[in-house]
Amino acid sequence: MSGALLLSAEDLVVQFSLRGRKLTALRGASLELFEGETLAVVGESGSGKSVLAKTFLGMLDKNGTITAGSIQYRGKDLARLSRERDWLEIRGKKIAMIFQDPMTALNPLKTIGEQIREVIELHRGMDRRQSKIETLKTLEAVGIQDPERRYRQYPHEFSGGMRQRVVIASAVACKPEILICDEPTTALDVTVQAQILDLIKALKAEYAMSVLFITHDLGVVANVADRVAVMYAGQVIEQGTVDEIFTDPRAPYTWALLASLPQLGVKGEDLFAIKGTPPSLFKEIKGDAFAPRNPLALEVDFVAEPPIFDVSPTHWAKTWLLDPRAPAIRPPDSVLRLREKLLAERKLS
Amino acid sequence: MKQSPLLSVKNISVDFGSGRKKFRAVSNVSFDVYESETLSLVGESGSGKTTIGRAIMRVHPISEGEIIYRGERISGDLTPKAERLVHQKIQMIFQDPMASLNERAKIDYIVSEGLYSFHLFKDEAERVAKVEQALRDVGLLPEFATRFPHEFSGGQRQRIGIARALVMEPELLVADEPISALDVSIRAQVINLLNKLKRNKSLTYLFIAHDLSVVRFISDRIAVIYRGRLVELAQSEDLFRKPLHPYTRALLTAVPTPDPEIEKKKKIIVYKPAARSPDEPAPSWIEAEPGHFVLGTEKEVNSWLKL
Repeated sequence: MSGALLLSAEDLVVQFSLRGRKLTALRGASLELFEGETLAVVGESGSGKSVLAKTFLGMLDKNGTITAGSIQYRGKDLARLSRERDWLEIRGKKIAMIFQDPMTALNPLKTIGEQIREVIELHRGMDRRQSKIETLKTLEAVGIQDPERRYRQYPHEFSGGMRQRVVIASAVACKPEILICDEPTTALDVTVQAQILDLIKALKAEYAMSVLFITHDLGVVANVADRVAVMYAGQVIEQGTVDEIFTDPRAPYTWALLASLPQLGVKGEDLFAIKGTPPSLFKEIKGDAFAPRNPLALEVDFVAEPPIFDVSPTHWAKTWLLDPRAPAIRPPDSVLRLREKLLAERKLS
Repeated sequence: MKQSPLLSVKNISVDFGSGRKKFRAVSNVSFDVYESETLSLVGESGSGKTTIGRAIMRVHPISEGEIIYRGERISGDLTPKAERLVHQKIQMIFQDPMASLNERAKIDYIVSEGLYSFHLFKDEAERVAKVEQALRDVGLLPEFATRFPHEFSGGQRQRIGIARALVMEPELLVADEPISALDVSIRAQVINLLNKLKRNKSLTYLFIAHDLSVVRFISDRIAVIYRGRLVELAQSEDLFRKPLHPYTRALLTAVPTPDPEIEKKKKIIVYKPAARSPDEPAPSWIEAEPGHFVLGTEKEVNSWLKL
């Protein structure tokens, strides 16, 4: 299903300076994206998933810098790219991004046709007439009916779902190799969300793109992803195929995330909840960042950061539990029986 | 469910604008909320669910119908006494904990504001005690009272929002998407807190939400709203096991299930309201099964029941 390695981030460290204090948003994050696949990046807010995506586009805020690590893409190290001119060759053209809120991504004072057309004119060097034809084609491809009329309309004349389609159109208009989607459906209704997810899957096949999909919703992950990377406190702590992550998760944080699903709740009883809050990234983190919230943490978790352990050729996790010397600790029963429970509920409905 | 309702919403409509620009956001909606139950209103953005919550809170005036609380009308013009009753006994929790707290006020003032407005304390010592108790009830430390909102995380801010409601000793909490803005791990904590408070303080919740997986877990009954109208209302499990209205079915299938196998086989249903010919009877609110109501014509409901 997936082809050659297309983009790989290795041990990325990103720091922000905020009022004289240093915040380490990425603490050595590694990730691979293969040709033709959809990789979902899951994590809570502050886990660094959006920061990671922004480094691929050279879009870090001014106070943020990549202090270590590399991003290999087509023989270039994007982490060393500093001139805006070099980024313009990549951003939008090779790697495009869709954001969460379609309203802030569009200019309210320009017609949507004009906004997409200028992207095509700039990146694909077409003249006005050609780029307009191309825009109409793209609008049609993202499922906007009557593109000729819609071309002349302004963003406020579109519903939320339609706006997100316009944003997607402007992202795929230049036929990028990689489409980064940052929570593209979080602001949308569930029925619209289902349609947008289907659209992204269809466009991925049609334009032969790889998709990096950032989300916190495990249901969305199950829907779109071929592979999954789980992030916590600025690191990717587990990566595997979507089946491996849902049926054979290895890192305690992944267990906790799955166990917190409301679908696993029993009415009248408390939901499983992860204690405490994620660690402050202003402070140095010792050992396994999840250890203070993990009731099953080992002694070593508080002392040393776990390395990456391979589970299968496609699955790895950063947890001491995979060390041969570690005691045998199994994931919570509820997590192991997730599929069983969901299937049982389906039968009833 | 034989007891009398705590809150009755009777045939209410809410209009925005006037004249040619008039827009009916809520149209002829009725439902009851019984004591110590959780009733959820679910629907998409723009369906009118928030407007109903705000109409109950008297933020939006209703243009038709009435709202009854413990046998007393609380919509329209009220006596000062009835007005007080609403503002004290019905409290609201908001969606965005980042936007709903006054950034320039200390937690102490934020939580006390309702107490000040209604002079609900004898002396300063009692006010402080009430604030401290409310903070403890939501799992925060009393010493947080001297801090400002920006010092707290999203989950903690939502707890402050809940404390601000609790300090008024309410009976009914209208919670408008109180967990939508929270992360997965924090969300579970807040759901558990809301459930615990419901048990310990015998609260009644009107929960406004769009996340159906959470709604199923917390609600006793669920009402589905589509374009300002109630289309279905049932016990939570009945609704999930046997959704009748085509819109409810579309909504339920759209929710992504956290399992790749199930998601691969999924087919989404897109709901398009059926076109009605003028000689057909208008849809009415029909009790299709005991406690399971749906909006449709007699003929439609019978065909839905057979599915």
